Amino acid sequence: MNARITLATAGRVLTQLRHDHRTIALLLIVPCLLLALLSWVFDGEPAVFDRIGPLLLAIFPLVVMFIVTSVAMLRERTSGTLERLLTMPMNKLDLLLGYAVAFGVLAVVQAGLAGAVSLWLLGLDIVGSAGWLLVTALLSALLGTALGLLASAFAQTEFQAVQFMPAFVLPQLLLCGLFVPREAMQSVLSAVSNVLPLSYAVDAMAEVAASTGLTAAAGRDFLVLGAFIVGALVLGAATLRRRTA
Amino acid sequence: MGDDPAVVIDRLTVHRGGHLVLDAVSCEVAAGSVTGLLGPSGSGKSTLIRSVVGVQKISGGTVEVLGKPAGSRPLRSLIGYVTQAPSVYADLSVRENLRYFAAVLGTAPSDVDSVISAVGLTDKAGALVGRLSGGQRTRVSLAAALLGAPRVLVLDEPTVGLDPVLRRDLWELFNELAGRGTTLLVSSHVMDEAERCSQLLLLRDGRVLAADSPAAIRDRTDTHDLESAFLALIDAEQVPSP
Repeated sequence: MNARITLATAGRVLTQLRHDHRTIALLLIVPCLLLALLSWVFDGEPAVFDRIGPLLLAIFPLVVMFIVTSVAMLRERTSGTLERLLTMPMNKLDLLLGYAVAFGVLAVVQAGLAGAVSLWLLGLDIVGSAGWLLVTALLSALLGTALGLLASAFAQTEFQAVQFMPAFVLPQLLLCGLFVPREAMQSVLSAVSNVLPLSYAVDAMAEVAASTGLTAAAGRDFLVLGAFIVGALVLGAATLRRRTA
Repeated sequence: MGDDPAVVIDRLTVHRGGHLVLDAVSCEVAAGSVTGLLGPSGSGKSTLIRSVVGVQKISGGTVEVLGKPAGSRPLRSLIGYVTQAPSVYADLSVRENLRYFAAVLGTAPSDVDSVISAVGLTDKAGALVGRLSGGQRTRVSLAAALLGAPRVLVLDEPTVGLDPVLRRDLWELFNELAGRGTTLLVSSHVMDEAERCSQLLLLRDGRVLAADSPAAIRDRTDTHDLESAFLALIDAEQVPSP
């Protein structure tokens, strides 16, 4: 691995985004607007907003980074730039980590903005610290990026890549504990939810929002998230082939 | 020239989608030459080029570049490769594209400006690649391959769609690079470009029809231009032996 190449790749991905003002605006503003809408929906029940608001701060980064990364990587594959990069002295992990760094930076800005709006404008009331909220959102974004890189290997067109979002992410959203607590689900569903990565992002967020400092349960969720991220990146690297038919 | 050939291909066989694309092709590319890979579309030019760069899955035979197996790690900073479709980022400027590829290669940032000027895009350096014409994009892709002064340049139809003046300029650049010791393998389906090469590989239906200098091929076929020479070679193949 090579830090120079990883950072150059991250810089390149961020420069590409920088040229696309509308995407940047959508990435940063839509989560804030959705949280504002949510707080309005639960206007009479602030306790519900206090429970769901933080969970959404874990879900947005994963969903958004999943879509953006899978489309960006698919373009890399179809435009021939991936083939060019793989004929250069570049390691596959340099490329994937470059993407992870770039979207990680973006996620911190996104979650920082959405968190600030929630805490200071929308009156979101949590026990935990904003810092751990950000860490959880960052891990969730990295997970979305890693899964998106992996998913792009199975898409031939951008239409397909975008359709992977409902296919990969919506089932996780239904089973992550946002709608029904995971303990209260049928045993089959709760077993499935135990192996889905988003469940751990949501659990971690609920935990860090409800407790001061880092609890053992949140630490365990972070470790599981980390394992999912590394696993998806390694599988993603395996899908990047230097030689193709 | 006395040097070892830059590329040695031995009985290279490639299947794509169940079809035989290259049929036990054997040929060499002399070091420091501009070798033209000529043939109609569908003859296997791109597949041969991809095999030399080491991105093509092959079914048999060997390809060696500078004495090492094609695609092996030590070759990755020694080969410049231009794909048929310009493989650059449309949402970056010309300079941003080349700065990134230079960083990946680990070449000096000053190299970026010199390759931009070599392909004649200095006045477009700040423009987004997506806003450039097709020919300009092709040149950005070529500039990326020139970074780090690679010893072998493999170019797949680099002059398609370019205006005649530009094509002439690029062929002058290719010959200038060869004069400095770079080996170039350039594919084309335009016969008049073949005259600008020092060596030719004529490819048809996945087999090598001829491998020689343009003059030698004309002499052998007793023709005055390469188009007729190519036709004569095809006819000679198709005459059933008595």
